Amino acid sequence: MESPVLAVDHFSAGFDTNQVLKDIDLLIEKNRITAIMGPSGCGKTTLIRCINRMHELIPSARVSGKILLDNEDIFDMDAIIVRRKIGMVFQRPNPFPTMSIYDNVIAGYNLNGIRISKGDRDRIVEESLKKAALWDEVKDALHRRGTFLSGGQQQRLCIARALAMNPEILLLDEPTSALDPKSTAHIEELVVQLKSAVTIIQVTHNIPQAARISDYTAFIYLGELVEFGPTEKLFTVPKDKRTEEYLTGKFG
Amino acid sequence: MLEEKLPALKRELIEFASLVESMIQKSIRGLMRKDSALLREVIEQDEPKANAFEIELDEHCTNLIAQYQPIAKDLRTVLMILKMNSDIERMGDHAVNIAESATYLIERTPVKPLLDTPRMAEEVVQMVNGSLCSFINEDARLARSICERDNIVDALAEQILRELITYMSADPSTIERSLHLLDIAGNLERIADLSTNIGEDVIFMVEGRVIKHHKEDEQESAERA
Amino acid sequence: MKDRTLTRRIVADRIFQVVVVFLSFCSILPMFFILFFISKNGISSISWNFLTRLPAPVGETGGGIANAIVGSALLILLASVVAVPLGILTGIYLAEYRKDKFSYLSRLSVEILMGTPSIVIGIIAYVWVVKPIGSFSALSGGVALGIMMLPVIVMSTEETLKLMPDSLKEASLALGVSYPRTIMKVILPAGLSGIVTGMLLSVARIAGETAPLLFTAFGSPFMAANVFKPVSSLPLTVFNYATSPYPEWHALAWGASFVLLVFVLALNLIAKLGMRKWKVQF
Repeated sequence: MESPVLAVDHFSAGFDTNQVLKDIDLLIEKNRITAIMGPSGCGKTTLIRCINRMHELIPSARVSGKILLDNEDIFDMDAIIVRRKIGMVFQRPNPFPTMSIYDNVIAGYNLNGIRISKGDRDRIVEESLKKAALWDEVKDALHRRGTFLSGGQQQRLCIARALAMNPEILLLDEPTSALDPKSTAHIEELVVQLKSAVTIIQVTHNIPQAARISDYTAFIYLGELVEFGPTEKLFTVPKDKRTEEYLTGKFG
Repeated sequence: MLEEKLPALKRELIEFASLVESMIQKSIRGLMRKDSALLREVIEQDEPKANAFEIELDEHCTNLIAQYQPIAKDLRTVLMILKMNSDIERMGDHAVNIAESATYLIERTPVKPLLDTPRMAEEVVQMVNGSLCSFINEDARLARSICERDNIVDALAEQILRELITYMSADPSTIERSLHLLDIAGNLERIADLSTNIGEDVIFMVEGRVIKHHKEDEQESAERA
Repeated sequence: MKDRTLTRRIVADRIFQVVVVFLSFCSILPMFFILFFISKNGISSISWNFLTRLPAPVGETGGGIANAIVGSALLILLASVVAVPLGILTGIYLAEYRKDKFSYLSRLSVEILMGTPSIVIGIIAYVWVVKPIGSFSALSGGVALGIMMLPVIVMSTEETLKLMPDSLKEASLALGVSYPRTIMKVILPAGLSGIVTGMLLSVARIAGETAPLLFTAFGSPFMAANVFKPVSSLPLTVFNYATSPYPEWHALAWGASFVLLVFVLALNLIAKLGMRKWKVQF
């Protein structure tokens, strides 16, 4: 791999006595889409939540190993800084219900008390909404509440909100599983376009989706990284029998 | 995504087909002008390139199906590209056969002035070109007309055979050279057949109709009944 | 055979339905009686005079409950100052640390407080505030009422915040916002309608409390001016004037009851409507 931006190094995670991830080694290439797939409960959501240290919301969480962002261990950094460099979009769209569309996009700055000029503010909102392919639909209604948008639009708003912080990596946790097929297709197109600006890691249990949009795919099963490689190879000549069985629907 | 990958795949096939088309033309030209260097080019340089093309195209088609699960017209397109890939590669093999026979012939005195062979070659090249155009433009009408021209090529091949039989029965020393000429005609005929295959594939891709083995006539009479 | 049991069941159903409706109607009846009765007796006393003048000395007509209205307002204000910040912060704590031992204790204390008789709370306020100051005062009344408001605010805040979906908190934290800011700037504003409703309901609850005020605020015929001095209030007015031998003062009591009733009804209605209208949709 030419330029890994994130390296997961002998990483394990668990809650209380429950071991969820076992010794994961993974390299994420810059400006590419890496899909993480596997059956329910395999640990894929836990993995990406560890990458932006959201697992710490659960008091019983414990981890071992390293996750290096540009060669710096995220567990040595301030969690707040990590989360500003690594953004996340969740399964169910969750725009802030009390804020307008404009304020939602710029929320990362407002809530953190980061002072920026009105001109910069307007620019960031416009750029982020354009990158999220939502600008044309909402530019005349920026001061309306975010919750009046459709599901697909809300999800794009959440993507714009994450992009406004200019993260290095964007984590997508099954971003289309709560959306209808048309919105799903829009978001897939959007994600493919975004990779030139930001590295993307997407968790999905939708196998065809992983095949369609990702450059690399990681298959996780029962907490282990079973196989990882370029999507073309993994989907045509998987090396591990378990990968083959998962892809052909024998389980999961 | 699929909208970019599929046109790229088509372009790749067209590039491959153009290479093979030029191989056919070079073999015939090499024969007519007695240009052994040209014939060597076909055998030593163009053939490996053609083989490499075929392998890569196969891989790209497989990856495309695995990654994008195309359906309807997209699926027919990819499947037909896969079939055309193998047909075009065989055309290349036939072009190489022609070049090899031509290499033998140009070093010896010709059995007869070559009139029918270049005519047949001209017709075949046009068929190949036409079948490719029908693929590029998704022109089912053109594809159908190509399939019909196969009869002309078959007739020319028979004519060459009958003529060469007279020469061979008259003078046994011409047999070896005549057989090589026949070989060339036979290869040209096979190339024409492969062009009609491509035409049939294009029609399936565009319309979803199968016209192989005169199935279309059966279909039409069934529909009319 | 089947027909007979079917008819029996339909009839039984019907009877049950009628009984339930009738009993429900019966339970609403008292409220209508109260409203009707008090309105009938009190509305005649209502006038601009009544609402803006101080009580007249014995024997004189006219006079009003201006001091009671202002006194009630002052007491509610003082009670809110005591109860609202403390209540909301406690509610936040209980909602965030649900399984903590300390929050178990807190919750238990709040529930006990809720069930404590109001007169007992009045005595506590007497000991804490009246004795040290040396006189009855609005402040002591405010403290007593505040203690009574506290459980309602804590519980409604906790319930509202528990209803906030985790996704809201996660959205904020994922942007690199610290935990305290997330609570204050995202969760609280989203739950504001529920919290405000809780406040309005707790005010409605204490607006009519009389027992604790008997030996804290005590009551006074003068306009409220000093928090360290006794002050009047609507329920105290009702108590004092209703038990007096003067018919003019009885009229004042009816009028004050009516005003109090209207006030409490209005608060309840605003709380109910406001909750529906301002509730944040997710």
